[in-house]
Amino acid sequence: MADTKEMKKVLFGPILDSNPIALHVLGICSALAVTTKLETALVMSLALTFVVSFSNLFISTIRNHIPSSVRIIIQMTIIASLVIVVDQVLKAYSYEISKQLSVFVGLIITNCIVMGRAEAYAMKSPPMMSFLDGIGNGLGYSFVLIVIGTIKELGGFGTILGFEILPLVQNGGWYQGNGLLILPFSSFFLIGGLIWYIRTIRPEQVEPKE
Amino acid sequence: MSAKKETLGKTVGIVVAVCLVCSIVVSTAAVGLRSQQNANALLDKQTNILQAAGMLDAGATPNQIREKYNTFVEQRFVDLESGQYVERDADYDMYRAARDPEQSIKPQPDSAGIQRRANVASVYLIKDDAGEVSRIILPVHGSGLWNLMYAFLAVDSDGNTVRELVYYDHKETPGLGGEVQNPQWQALWDGKKLYDDGEVAIQVTKNASASNPYTVDALSGATLTSNGVQATLEYWLGQEGFGPYLQKQPWKS
Repeated sequence: MADTKEMKKVLFGPILDSNPIALHVLGICSALAVTTKLETALVMSLALTFVVSFSNLFISTIRNHIPSSVRIIIQMTIIASLVIVVDQVLKAYSYEISKQLSVFVGLIITNCIVMGRAEAYAMKSPPMMSFLDGIGNGLGYSFVLIVIGTIKELGGFGTILGFEILPLVQNGGWYQGNGLLILPFSSFFLIGGLIWYIRTIRPEQVEPKE
Repeated sequence: MSAKKETLGKTVGIVVAVCLVCSIVVSTAAVGLRSQQNANALLDKQTNILQAAGMLDAGATPNQIREKYNTFVEQRFVDLESGQYVERDADYDMYRAARDPEQSIKPQPDSAGIQRRANVASVYLIKDDAGEVSRIILPVHGSGLWNLMYAFLAVDSDGNTVRELVYYDHKETPGLGGEVQNPQWQALWDGKKLYDDGEVAIQVTKNASASNPYTVDALSGATLTSNGVQATLEYWLGQEGFGPYLQKQPWKS
């Protein structure tokens, strides 16, 4: 069992120091698509954190028994099962949000963060640490989604979590919603800006020139 | 990764074991949660119908919605060609029937872009406290910019005056075509007239004046969505849609 310092690093490191989106540039597709509203971004973050932490836990538990010739298939089977469970639970207890997230919950299966952590970390580490690593990477993903979701919802609709902050012109206010921020691809600019900012305060993340 | 776990027997064994465990987990979740999911889907539909009926209070609990629905809403089935009521099972689904060639037709021309249309459609009658029909709610759908858009159109018992047009399922761009769900735009429909001299006269158009009972202002920045709304209404109010039903008005007899 690793010491507390190691555990802290595994749990909180992925938020800024090795953020899965900002540093490894994984899981971009869902970060583009579900961040139009903060609420969907939050649910998506929770779903992904759940999937990545438990898939890490289970894969790590049986890592010594997984034959390396079929390891990717076994990882995918475990991840896919967890995603289906999450999808079913969302449909049962949070119908509105599951309608908005539509295919993107299912697409967690192909989210590179989940596969990446399973292959890079869970296959080599004990279960408890893998579980923490999953939560940590989930938090890193959530951090980016929440930042982007807040900017997009505030700029595009003038609301945060549905509460009106900037009254829109359509509803008799003064704020003209920014149409660009509503569209998925605006996240490219925002994620780019975020990566720029993180690498400014953490210059060691800048890749050396080739 | 040691070499000894690479034997064929062990590999197959592990794969089968993992698959077995995963399939048990997945099927348990699917079966265990199904009733809750169906209840949610039904509640969602009832909520939309009550909204179209103008009876949805903000913050109503699921139980209040169910109770109100059961008290004031009656589902009937209409043969679209004759415009008369027919009997169907309560779980008849007009969108599922539209996929069955024996229970549906191909619209000619398919102006609303719906591919097939069921011969028998659901309608929802809203009763007032005296038991009289006060509104008729018609399910309509048609192509928008990206995909089909589904809505409930609420009409007064005169069969001509619109009360609500509630879009509940669409894939339009949020903030542009997605504004079909904007309460401000929905409010424009209240009091508009559908037919002028038996012809479909309602128009979704630019610079519509609020005083003209046949025009509704189009959504700015969403021409194709607005055209889709127009085509949807034209089709479903026309002879192939609810036109015969709205002319014969069987809810009055």
